[in-house]
Amino acid sequence: MELYITEISKYVITLLMALYAYESFAVFRFQDEERRSGIYTRQNFLMLAVHFSCFMAICFETGDMTYLFFYIFQQIVLFATVILFHMIYPRANRLAVNNMCMLLGIGFVVLTRLSYEKAVKQFVIAVCSIVVAMVIPFFIHKLKFLKKLTWVYALAGIAALAVVLILGAYTNGSKISYSVGGVTFQPSEFVKIIFVFFVAGALHESASFFEVFTTAVVAGIHVVILVVSKDLGSALIFFVVYVLMVFVATRNPLYLLAGTAGGSAAAVIAYQAFSHVQVRVQAWRDPWSEIDSAGYQITQSLFAIGSGGWFGMGLFQGTPNSIPFVEADFIFSAIAEELGILFAMCMILVCLSSFIMFMDISMKLKDNFYRLIAFGLGVTYIFQVFLTIGGGSKFIPLTGVTLPLVSYGGSSVLTTLIMFAIIEGLCMVKGDEEKEERYAERKRRKVKNSRTEDRNEREEE
Amino acid sequence: MKEKRNNHPKKKKTNLPIMAVTYLFAAVFLSMMVYICYYSSTHEQELINNSYNGRQQVLTAKNIRGTIYAGGGEVLAQTVTDEDGEEVRSYPYGSLFSHVVGYATHGRAGIEALGNYYLIHSNAPLAEKVASDMAGSKYPGDDVHTTLDVKLQEVADQALGVYRGAIIVTEPSSGKILAMVSKPDYDPNQIEEIWDSLVEDKESGILLNRTTQGLYPPGSTFKIVTALEYIRENPDTYQNYGFQCNGSFSDGADRINCYHGQSHGSVSFSRAFAKSCNASFADIGLKLEKKKFQDTLDDLLFNQELPLELSYNKSRIEVYEDSPNSDMMQIAIGQGTTGMTPAHLNMITNAIANDGVLMKPYVIDFVENSMGTIVKKFAPSSSKRLLSSEEAEVLKELMHGVVEEGTASRLKGLSYTAAGKTGSAEYNTVKGDSHAWFTGFAPVDNPEISVTIIIEGAGSGGDFAVPIAKRIFDAHFQE
Repeated sequence: MELYITEISKYVITLLMALYAYESFAVFRFQDEERRSGIYTRQNFLMLAVHFSCFMAICFETGDMTYLFFYIFQQIVLFATVILFHMIYPRANRLAVNNMCMLLGIGFVVLTRLSYEKAVKQFVIAVCSIVVAMVIPFFIHKLKFLKKLTWVYALAGIAALAVVLILGAYTNGSKISYSVGGVTFQPSEFVKIIFVFFVAGALHESASFFEVFTTAVVAGIHVVILVVSKDLGSALIFFVVYVLMVFVATRNPLYLLAGTAGGSAAAVIAYQAFSHVQVRVQAWRDPWSEIDSAGYQITQSLFAIGSGGWFGMGLFQGTPNSIPFVEADFIFSAIAEELGILFAMCMILVCLSSFIMFMDISMKLKDNFYRLIAFGLGVTYIFQVFLTIGGGSKFIPLTGVTLPLVSYGGSSVLTTLIMFAIIEGLCMVKGDEEKEERYAERKRRKVKNSRTEDRNEREEE
Repeated sequence: MKEKRNNHPKKKKTNLPIMAVTYLFAAVFLSMMVYICYYSSTHEQELINNSYNGRQQVLTAKNIRGTIYAGGGEVLAQTVTDEDGEEVRSYPYGSLFSHVVGYATHGRAGIEALGNYYLIHSNAPLAEKVASDMAGSKYPGDDVHTTLDVKLQEVADQALGVYRGAIIVTEPSSGKILAMVSKPDYDPNQIEEIWDSLVEDKESGILLNRTTQGLYPPGSTFKIVTALEYIRENPDTYQNYGFQCNGSFSDGADRINCYHGQSHGSVSFSRAFAKSCNASFADIGLKLEKKKFQDTLDDLLFNQELPLELSYNKSRIEVYEDSPNSDMMQIAIGQGTTGMTPAHLNMITNAIANDGVLMKPYVIDFVENSMGTIVKKFAPSSSKRLLSSEEAEVLKELMHGVVEEGTASRLKGLSYTAAGKTGSAEYNTVKGDSHAWFTGFAPVDNPEISVTIIIEGAGSGGDFAVPIAKRIFDAHFQE
């Protein structure tokens, strides 16, 4: 009996996830949120169904019904998030909220399977983060002076990174975290947001060579500190986000070219100078020849991705725990193994759809500052997704970053939720702009109409 | 103008750089998704079979290792539960299939390794899995059905007797491996007890499957290759070749003797081939263009990967553009540093028998689940054309001549026709000891079966290897 349920649930979960991924792209057929509301409601039901069937599979496979309570808590929190967001911010983008909750839900399911203890911890952190995220759109919407704090952002960012470099603890060979009162922080996660604000603040009024040059120096300091801390993944994210933001602010493809050239040169120098970069690249090119040393992680990850097949081994059926740091850097591999390649592909599509929505919002914003922020945060998000999934599947060398919202890690979840919340705040800014535009247009039309009336009157005369 | 723009708010709201970045990421993500799907679907078996992959243990704990069957349905390997409730791998034929079926403890070899992926997976219907769950037993793994023929394997095994050596029997038109014997062998039922002594025993190489891994000097069987190259270089005139053999050929200080110093008198091309005249072929060897010879050797898979899924060694041969005459004379008669596996020689033989096309050799015919439903069927597939149809026809005639009027005359005048080439590869020039070779097929028109035989240190191919070929052919055609 259990077997029937777990076997059938594999296909059901994949189908539901595929439908969800489809809906998250179907959204783009319509331009205004009102006409999308049917899709959003369907998405909410699909989310519920995916989450429910995953936990049914877990309960039946393990025979342990205590998971059911955990599930109910999760479901309540996720649903409350969807509903509250919509109630408090009726003009917020619902796709971003839905995708955010969907990815959180997938993360809870996989973490529950990998380590119940860590899943509970993650759940508590996520609940607190959601509470924080609830108030953020309000502040983004109301606080107009955020534009003026450019150099505060720069100093804060560099200071936070420098503190870790000097005082931080080594985790897995990289200096990326420090502890305050028993709570471990990973400042590079939060600095990602501050950095986007800094670049947007510096370039939103004018993006002449002078501004680009000064911001480049600041960006360079961020990247160098991160490289020295051996946090290569974050260094790469900062670099790419900076180059692309400059490209969008200046609309000059030459900067893109210069950035690519500079980045390639820097990569070659980093390869020559740092042995840990060489180890990573070597492990990417041929992990099989050093399968029990440098290539161990990536080969174990490939075993996981390769063994699940299209529909996966089923939850609790594989051995994803054989990959070191599976719950953080390799969660994608665990998903591919137990929930299947198709499910994993659908999850990538959900991430991509969030990104496209962010870009869409960014394009519709008229204020340069806000547009650059939406763009920068979107790129930060999707590039990190690319680094972790590409690294775990040997598409690119491994850099060791988390999969936002899905991976285990408090700083990562909090940061990503704040990023999504900022974007929701920008949606409200966008709403204001549109309102103003409509108002201005009406005014113009009125003027025009009165002028024609005048003319008509004159003609009548 | 301004008002007009306001009528198209959409146009105003696109931003080219942002659009470009969006499309860039979309393209990168799509290629990554295609890569992941492609990689995981094409590398699944390889990944599962890697010994560092812990998922094998998961599957073995869940499923009972499947059974390996011969072509006639005979059980070659199966997992049984002994009195203590422990699973034991049992091999009913003992040492007969030791090398080809292999073993599944202490690593894996042979079909146990090749078919491991299927053997440890279970495609049993859901209802049967549920029944197993109820009974508290493991799921039945999938069964591997091979192309092996128990009768031919027995004949080949007995014929080789106590000699060390290797025999491979295949079907040229499909690539099916019908029998594969390598001696010395071992009893896989006792692999646990004898493992340490097998590993320590460096000298006899019991664990080596000589058919696919043993590199031997090919001796006169290599004249097939030399002859093919000579025909390629002289397509219209090769038949005019003539040589006066007085038992040896000299070039400066280097000298090649015919087997046991026998002198063949005046020989034509086909007679030199049939009688395996070393002197003529050393002479031919000096006439070859080395650059073209290299191309032909490439065509014939020397120094290259073979289309074979069992573990094997690459044949090696050293022909350079500046190879000295002394080397070329040795190479032309299959001596010197050349090393070749019996499986590779059998592939060349099969290509000649099959109009020049090599069919990919295979030993797993199909895989079934416990209810007898086919999970996967392996169809014959052509691997590569090694030589042209005309060249194959000419070589076939030459090899038929070896039987009719040459060194393999023990295959003459039987109920079936046969073609082949013998070899006596000297490995100890001082004593004149030689490995006995034969490679050939029958019947000449429309070949059904081909064999390649090597008997280490037995003597001449005509005296020792050809009779074994006859016993195998007899067994096949008596069916």
